[in-house]
Amino acid sequence: MPNESSFKWVGTRQIRPDGPDKVTGRAKYAADYTMPGMLIGRILRSPHAHARIKSIDTSKAEALAGVKAVVTSADFPELASEMSPNSEMVIDFSDVSNNVMARKKVMYDGHAVAAVAATDAEIAEEALSLIDVVYEVLPHVIDVEEAMAEDAPLLHDGMITEGITPTPTKPSNIAKRVEFRSGDVDKGFAEADVIVERTYKTAAVHQGYIEPHAVLASAAEDGQVQVWVSTQGQFMVRAFCAKVCGLAISQLRVTPAEIGGGFGGKTVVYGEPVAVQLSRKSGKPVRVVMSREEVLRASGPTSGGVVETKVGAKKDGTLVAVDAVLKYQAGAYAGSPIGPGCMCMTAPYEIENVQLIGYDVVSNRPKVAAYRAPGAPISAYAFESALDEVARELNMDPIAIRQKNAVKEGSKTVYGVTFPRIGFEEVLEAAKNSDHFKSPVPEGEGRGLACGFWFNIGGESSAACHLNEDGTVTVISGNPDIGGSRASIALMVAETLGIDYNKVRPIVADTSSIGYNFVTGGSRVTFATGMAAINAAEDVIGQARERAAKIWEIDVDAVTWEDGEARPAGSNAGDHDPMSLADIAKMAPKTGGPINGHGSINAQGAGAGFGCHICDLKVDEGTGHVTVTRYTSIQDVGRAIHPGYVDGQLQGGAAQGIGWAINEEYVYNDDGLLQNAGFLDYRIPVASDLPMIDTVLVEVPNDRHPYGVRGVGEVPIVPPMAAVANAMESATGVRMTSLPMSPPKVLKALEGS
Amino acid sequence: MAKKYHVSATVNGDPVEFLCSGQETMLDVLRDRLELTGAKEGCGSGDCGACSVTVDGRLICSCLMLGVEAEGTSIETVEGMADGDQLTPLQRIFLEEEALQCGICTPGVLVAAKALLAKNPDPDETTIRYWLAGNLCRCTGYDKIVRAVQKAAAEMRA
Amino acid sequence: MSQLRYEAPGSVDEAVALLASDSDAKVLAGGTDLIVQMRSGLRKLGLVVDVKKIDELMSVSSDGGAWTIGAAVSGAEMNENAALKKDWPGVVEAVDLIGSTQVQGRASAGGNLCNASPAADSVPAMVAAGATAVIAGPNGRREVPVEQVPVSPGKTSLATGEMVVAIKMPAKPARNGEAYLRMIPRTEMDIAIVGAGVSLTLDDGGTCTAAKVALGAVAPTVVIVDDAAKALIGTKVDDAALEKMAAACSAACKPIDDKRGTIEYRTKVAGVMARRAALIALERARSN
Repeated sequence: MPNESSFKWVGTRQIRPDGPDKVTGRAKYAADYTMPGMLIGRILRSPHAHARIKSIDTSKAEALAGVKAVVTSADFPELASEMSPNSEMVIDFSDVSNNVMARKKVMYDGHAVAAVAATDAEIAEEALSLIDVVYEVLPHVIDVEEAMAEDAPLLHDGMITEGITPTPTKPSNIAKRVEFRSGDVDKGFAEADVIVERTYKTAAVHQGYIEPHAVLASAAEDGQVQVWVSTQGQFMVRAFCAKVCGLAISQLRVTPAEIGGGFGGKTVVYGEPVAVQLSRKSGKPVRVVMSREEVLRASGPTSGGVVETKVGAKKDGTLVAVDAVLKYQAGAYAGSPIGPGCMCMTAPYEIENVQLIGYDVVSNRPKVAAYRAPGAPISAYAFESALDEVARELNMDPIAIRQKNAVKEGSKTVYGVTFPRIGFEEVLEAAKNSDHFKSPVPEGEGRGLACGFWFNIGGESSAACHLNEDGTVTVISGNPDIGGSRASIALMVAETLGIDYNKVRPIVADTSSIGYNFVTGGSRVTFATGMAAINAAEDVIGQARERAAKIWEIDVDAVTWEDGEARPAGSNAGDHDPMSLADIAKMAPKTGGPINGHGSINAQGAGAGFGCHICDLKVDEGTGHVTVTRYTSIQDVGRAIHPGYVDGQLQGGAAQGIGWAINEEYVYNDDGLLQNAGFLDYRIPVASDLPMIDTVLVEVPNDRHPYGVRGVGEVPIVPPMAAVANAMESATGVRMTSLPMSPPKVLKALEGS
Repeated sequence: MAKKYHVSATVNGDPVEFLCSGQETMLDVLRDRLELTGAKEGCGSGDCGACSVTVDGRLICSCLMLGVEAEGTSIETVEGMADGDQLTPLQRIFLEEEALQCGICTPGVLVAAKALLAKNPDPDETTIRYWLAGNLCRCTGYDKIVRAVQKAAAEMRA
Repeated sequence: MSQLRYEAPGSVDEAVALLASDSDAKVLAGGTDLIVQMRSGLRKLGLVVDVKKIDELMSVSSDGGAWTIGAAVSGAEMNENAALKKDWPGVVEAVDLIGSTQVQGRASAGGNLCNASPAADSVPAMVAAGATAVIAGPNGRREVPVEQVPVSPGKTSLATGEMVVAIKMPAKPARNGEAYLRMIPRTEMDIAIVGAGVSLTLDDGGTCTAAKVALGAVAPTVVIVDDAAKALIGTKVDDAALEKMAAACSAACKPIDDKRGTIEYRTKVAGVMARRAALIALERARSN
């Protein structure tokens, strides 16, 4: 690993390459794309939580002047079950297809049933109202525990719970049971001096990206389809559209537009295959843009869950046993993040006896999608809340009890991984030494602290590094930039090549212009795609050294690369003037042609991340209104390539977590219809709700990355819910075991205390 | 075809004319008729502020105004903010202070912040936070936005 | 297919004639409710009558201490009128609480009143302050207390062809103070779960001689709580009186359970909000 002090670009705060376009309105997002002859697509959605589709009559809509195509599930091939990795989760293509366009049954309020493409939006809207769908309304179930009940309405007749031996004979809404176990929990609890046992509940929450899903698809008569889309993965869109629309991958070229937020929610498809089929059917380009209401009704929130938690500790604070049952909503189709939820629940701590049982449960809600550290915030809220109570019972400092049990290099997780060098102990030490923790709790306020873990992922990435004629460089990669990855990749490439950051121009390419990249997710891009870009830059250096060797007529091994220059080394040192990248580029036509580097990897060794959040808050005892007054996020970030945008990840994650803690939830009525499908009543934090969010970047480099990168984007959303709940107890003496801690719930809890 | 109205207005200092139906919003007109896609639609109901523009100097959500209402007005959008090829201090400081991530809220935030600084050249943190409460940002947690507005205000006062 | 006709008359008479001509016609002031309802398909409209080209609806004037506020004047503009704000801070603050800065740039007191939402922020404040609405129609003009305009959620007492042209505030009584507070889950951008407007007048000795208490979002329309006013009148607005007033407010609530709040919560918090608003009103009365 290069010596830290020698870094010229890594760790500096440069202007992001996509910045000027974003402050002038020039940046092009998917809904900003137009094409000559473009049609507007609109989607008809189910008004019922659960119903059989008896018939769909589209004839009146088709007859309306200006309507060019109407599609229903009949226009999509019926797919057999086939599992595919999807961000940190797994998805079944058959479910993707049925979620994109309901087949036989609608599974939730807002489920797509038909779509039209028309010459303008008003005609498209009118056409939707002319589609006649006859439904047979079925009993529905929204709540996860009710869905697990013996007599619950069944969503899928053939759903037999996986992971139970012997295999159940009767179908249920439980898609899967998972189990993680180490030691002997009975023995552990027998040794415990203190046991805390609680059930925690969380509400489904939406990623809340400000940009609704948007796509423009243009199909040609030869079967080639171009797509411009807001997505976290152009290669995912290509693969999913190919499957759902029955195309070969080579028939699709997908260009990612600038993306207006994703947070995991844009790692799947919704309107994309619909736009493709409408375009194929009409022969015209078709743009489909969701409304905010559609985003909330029909795109993926993350699970709400129930976590029954039992934690045992000895008098000295040693955690001896954890026994938990986790029940996660999957939405209408299997695939909640129950696995990661279990994996992350106790991961920051060495605990000898652990038993975690998880259930993936379907109900009549939109299918969940990934949301920043999917699954972990739910279980961490439960565990870090219980741990806070253990500390209180033992009269122990919240940091001390965590330090006592903290994982370190060599600690083994319940999911079987032994940690390499990690920075949790350093994070706790930094928390202890932070201004926030050291300052007294203001009068009338409470302070809470909680930690969080995310494993982070690597995966497949491709990048290219093109040396331009004048010595500048274009870096091409294939992951949509959702958090500043173009800046971090450009910084690492500039550092590697030894050239000015402003001479490196990073772009995010379409699926036909760069090799495969797994989605932007799992905090993988700066780590994995960054590594592919570094490899591509090193490839350029290798070729540049060869060219210099050729010009100097010496052996390539006698050419070193330092400070952006080829230098003769060893016995040739000083014999030739060094050649800069620009000099070598200029000579390239005569020395063998263009110099282009490539990097293709399946990156392993993603460094696990740990964070600790400290929250001060006050509670209005007359109304139950909670005000967060001070907040600090401390995290091991490996190495901050662009510290400003690493700060931004820590702050943004904390803000989302505070929203999750206090006000965000899906509200359903008795008919299973979503009541708050808008930003008015789905209440994400506004500027006046939050204090400044201080950050402390702890840097324990990941030795599996050339610059020590660990993923940073997901850890910050794991601790906030428990940090807020723990601060609530500190402020009021009341333990909130159900999210959100909204004013009515808080007031009721205060009265009950 | 729905009846279309002929509207004349000034947008970013330039005279414009357009045809729109009665129900088209000013945001629809800006984006679809005038090809000014800087203002974004995040909600269509005035709850997110991504479509913020000023009309005769007054900050509004362009999704809550009909296009036909624009007759005779002067409208400013994010596209009209920079002075030729020079970013304004507010725009430049947003970049320097990393006050944006995905950038979808940024045009609206900039338009709103500019309107604030025109009214109050030295706003405190609370004033900035309440003024911008109608501009949702899901990426930044607002911290760097507030700091950038404060820093730009200081530079503009100097 | 549906077509929306738009008219922007320059006088009240023209506006009234247009409204009278089409039973599906609707007045467009700030549009912050109407356009949202239109877009979400809640309202199918034939004609919108934009009243912002009518001077009377866009101006604020004072005559002998009494105020006439054009029905389409935005909250932001009211807030920038220092003299109005000095006289009726509670009303101005209530109008200016509606939505974001952007929404305040368009939303008006007249629009807030005629949208007839049970949770309208300006209405309890205006009711407490004794505001009246000037209504113009095919049969001339009439003036009614503002509480007589909304009759149920989304419905007003206005007849076809009628429109509110102005809100009138009486001359500010000596030693009167008024205030409006609402409970929302966030700090901005929400619809009130409970709103409370309180106006009270003191004599020279600091005893309350007149009071009016109005609650929003706790019943289909604004609730005037006479018992709450009675609890204050004749007292020094001390703790005991405030306690009694708060209890009267809670007792007067007839709320519903909905996505924004429960019956239990609204009932309890109505008293809390009214009490806090009364304390601000008291402070203002003492300094007037």
